Amino acid sequence: MPNTAVENDNTISIHPKKMIEIIDVCKSFDERQILKNINLTVYDKENLVVLGRSGTGKSVLIKCMVGLLTPDSGSIKILDYNLTAINKEELNELRLQVGFSFQGSALYDSMSVKENLEFPLKRNLAIYERQKLHELVIAALQDVGLEHTLNLYPAELSGGMKKRIGIARTLILNPKIMLYDEPTSGLDPITSGEINELILKVREKYNTTSVIITHDISCAREVSDKVVALVNGESTLQGTFDELKKSENSELKQFFNY
Amino acid sequence: MAKIGTVKEILITTAEVYDFCKEFFVKAFTPPFEAKEIIKQCFSIGNKSFLLISFTSLLAGVVFTKQSQPSLSSFGAESWLPSLVSQAVVRSLGPLITGLICAGKFGSNMGAELGSMRVTEQIDAMEVSGTRPFSYLVVSRVIASTFMLPILVIYSDAVALFGSFIMVNSFNDTGLLLFLNEVSVSITYLDIGSSLIKSALFGLSIGLIGCFAGYHSEKGTTGVGKAANTAVVVSMFSIFIIDIIILQFLNLVR
Ligand SMILES: Nc1ncnc2c1ncn2[C@@H]1O[C@H](COP(=O)(O)OP(=O)(O)OP(=O)(O)O)[C@@H](O)[C@H]1O
Ligand SMILES: [Mg+2]
Repeated sequence: MPNTAVENDNTISIHPKKMIEIIDVCKSFDERQILKNINLTVYDKENLVVLGRSGTGKSVLIKCMVGLLTPDSGSIKILDYNLTAINKEELNELRLQVGFSFQGSALYDSMSVKENLEFPLKRNLAIYERQKLHELVIAALQDVGLEHTLNLYPAELSGGMKKRIGIARTLILNPKIMLYDEPTSGLDPITSGEINELILKVREKYNTTSVIITHDISCAREVSDKVVALVNGESTLQGTFDELKKSENSELKQFFNY
Repeated sequence: MAKIGTVKEILITTAEVYDFCKEFFVKAFTPPFEAKEIIKQCFSIGNKSFLLISFTSLLAGVVFTKQSQPSLSSFGAESWLPSLVSQAVVRSLGPLITGLICAGKFGSNMGAELGSMRVTEQIDAMEVSGTRPFSYLVVSRVIASTFMLPILVIYSDAVALFGSFIMVNSFNDTGLLLFLNEVSVSITYLDIGSSLIKSALFGLSIGLIGCFAGYHSEKGTTGVGKAANTAVVVSMFSIFIIDIIILQFLNLVR
């Protein structure tokens, strides 16, 4: 792969490496078009917030980024992989470098927290040594401040704890890119604040590039370097948080005034 | 319009079933193998069905013998009882009882378990973390059920024959050795072999159908219920179909 200096001639000196580049992505379910010509670019170590109402296709967009859904047209480039023309091995390589925190946490509910975190280590990195596993699991749990939940089962955790364990489970593989699907939805403002801090802390510690999907304005304000507003499945409104706040778009105004 | 919709759905499902089975056979024979998970599933299958199969098989042996006795003795052929019962049990009753019990128990179990994992995005989560959920969840379960069904059938045959012995013994004081002797004379290796192959096929179809229903479960809680239901109904149906096919085939061979 050519390095960044060659790849993006026109933007070289100002911008670091492009980590995610989405060009003209469209996606329909049956006859309903959900995503219309989405364009966005995320640079190294940047936090991009995707803002939008419920049902505008935010989760669909983020699922396209890890190949859980395939766009009907357009191209998605993540790291150096072109997702629209990728084979299974490459997709697996890519997925090891991308952490995905699900909207509903998606913890494996037949396993304890410890087993949840060990699962990707055992199956991806083939680490089976008890001591090593324990150290890695504890380190990841410390990152999210939940060491004491080690032997609990997902059913015994609160929503906010599940979210954080879900994040820990993806951090354990040291991803270069983190994708958060509504990390703060359904949480009280204090817990939301903690999650926001966690997102910022993760970037500092692991040098991750992140895409954060949310409809929580305070989350967007706290963690974003750049914001994309999805309105009717289009990504025309982009800019920093303050720029978007001044936007004249009526739907966006409601969002910010809320 | 509606008709076109259903035809399309049937075609899509057929393609999905084909892909699913193909993926299973490819992954079942390529490393890394899921030995640990397979053993765990085998254990769970044996453990969960042991009591039920014991009880049902014993009763089936007892009842079948008791019901056959009057008609046989009216021909003065009561001494054929052990031979009749053993052929019925080994050729048909044992595999059928075990197959149906397992279809009900494990078909629904796999459908519901994988279905709820699908609905709560746990399978997606495994997928995006590159942990090969298909091998872990599907291949291990299908192999386990294919492997365990023949074993359970042997056990079920033994228990049913024991039940039958109790009845025969109560009619005319036949001793255990004599009974066993008559059983062993009347069952051929073909009977045993075909019954084992048949039960392995039962296991394979229960596993594949249960896992398919769960793995491709629709979103939402109704999806889980539907997956479990489909798994049971279709796998029970498939058991009868396999039974008939094997029977036809054996009739050609015999
Ligand atoms: N697999 C699917 N099949 C059919 N339709 C789907 C599928 N996934 C999503 N949709 C539809 O796409 C639209 C967008 O869904 P999506 O989950 O992306 O919304 P969202 O923006 O994430 O909303 P929320 O904020 O509530 O999570 C919805 O109308 C939904 O019905
Ligand atoms: Mg969503």
